[in-house]
Amino acid sequence: MLEVRDIHTYYGKSHILQGVDMNLKEGEIVCLLGRNGVGKSTTLKSIMGLVKPRQGSIRFRDEEITGLEPFEIARRGVGYVPEDRRIFRSLTVHENLLMGIKETKGHGGRNGWTVEAIYEKFPRLRERKDSKGGHLSGGEQQMLTIARTLTGNPSLILVDEPTEGLAPLIVRDVIDMLAEVRQGGVTVLMVEQNFKAAIKIADRFYIMGKGHIVFEGDTQALLAAEDVRKNYLEV
Amino acid sequence: MNEYLVFFLHGLAYAGLLFLISSGLTLVFGMMNVLNFAHATMYMLGAYFSYTLLQYTDNFWLSVVVCPLLLFVIGALIERVFLRRVHVYGHLHELLITFGLAYVITEGVKWIWGNYPLAMTIGGLLGETVEILGTAYPVYRIFIFLCAVLVGVIMALILYKTRLGIILRAAVNDSEMVNALGVNVPRVFTGVFAFGAALSGFAGVIAGPLLTTYPGMANDILIDAFVVIVVGGFGSLGGAVVASLLIGELQSFGVLLFPRLSVALVYLLMAAVLIIKPSGLFGEEQ
Repeated sequence: MLEVRDIHTYYGKSHILQGVDMNLKEGEIVCLLGRNGVGKSTTLKSIMGLVKPRQGSIRFRDEEITGLEPFEIARRGVGYVPEDRRIFRSLTVHENLLMGIKETKGHGGRNGWTVEAIYEKFPRLRERKDSKGGHLSGGEQQMLTIARTLTGNPSLILVDEPTEGLAPLIVRDVIDMLAEVRQGGVTVLMVEQNFKAAIKIADRFYIMGKGHIVFEGDTQALLAAEDVRKNYLEV
Repeated sequence: MNEYLVFFLHGLAYAGLLFLISSGLTLVFGMMNVLNFAHATMYMLGAYFSYTLLQYTDNFWLSVVVCPLLLFVIGALIERVFLRRVHVYGHLHELLITFGLAYVITEGVKWIWGNYPLAMTIGGLLGETVEILGTAYPVYRIFIFLCAVLVGVIMALILYKTRLGIILRAAVNDSEMVNALGVNVPRVFTGVFAFGAALSGFAGVIAGPLLTTYPGMANDILIDAFVVIVVGGFGSLGGAVVASLLIGELQSFGVLLFPRLSVALVYLLMAAVLIIKPSGLFGEEQ
């Protein structure tokens, strides 16, 4: 459903992505691993249109989306869950969820995530319905960011380091939530530093070195490829 | 005693004008991070357009409707043609281009209408006085204040009771994220910028008959409007209300009570607020 072909992305003069290739099939959870600063977040931002690749092609559901504005990509059914949450701090939890709903009934819209359905699945958010986003705990904010994306009924979500800075117990909640999301038929591409958390849910892995994909394979292959893990992951 | 009442009401009228100008300025800054130096020139254009229209039609209400509409269009054009193009180069360029536009518009005004003050008079009921607690007071100043209240109420209803309002408040927090959630943020920016220009122009139309219409009027009020948004907190409409009232009354009573200090009072207030709460009275801590 998502094909990334040889994309090159720059920040000013620094060449961050130097030809990244990636393939996602419907319904998978794929995890992108790698050390800090190799371009994992930039890969997600490039797919979302938040930074524009100078070269290469990104196709989503057989349509070229390279160079489109983020809102156009979102309307085609891609959801983005950024690093460090980026909750709308002065809006209530409820308003944050309403923000996710898209104005145009587009290609997504089939998984039926309504605000009510979110409250059913994640009662903690209902309890905090009228609290300001800025007053939530880190774990609650992370749940809210994911839920906010779901109300837009994406068919693919890009999740950037969802467990960063969270206590181990909360990490489990967030991972469970992502598993639940996948159960609902949403494809997930996540960036993660927390190898142990990722290995619990991901079907496949990509590992990035400096601006490139250096490994691709499933859990077995990753566990077998000891040298790759040593060279490209922090253990 | 009556003197105090009169100055209090004067303060309200000036606060009304300040609010009409600064509410647009603060929303634009909150969302787009652009401090729009050309914002007050929209106010000046409102006054000059109205002057010309009144010469031909002598219909104040027509001016009230037509001039803000013209400025809405001008605002939209400025955003589309100038700001959007320099956006990729960062905020400094955006700031500079609004600064340049302010100069060009001011010189244009001098060229078309002349570099001298113009007087406007208002007839009918608005030109009358009304008795308040035994003091005769011009209806027109009360009218200005009521206009600002009406605009403020409408804006609050939009911001807190509609989906558009949720989008606007979210965009003040993080416009890039709003874009990634499927909202056409570039269009929202154009709309907000144009709406801000229209409000500023509306303030100019109603300020025309009260203050003098001259090419320096934009700079006169721009400084106060900047102080309002700093004191109230960037992006906060509630902050703009409170700070407009504070600055309006401070300007008014400053002249009455401390004539020699009056110019500095506004800055003293701003400094005091910044020391105690750097994000402004109602600003979000970053």
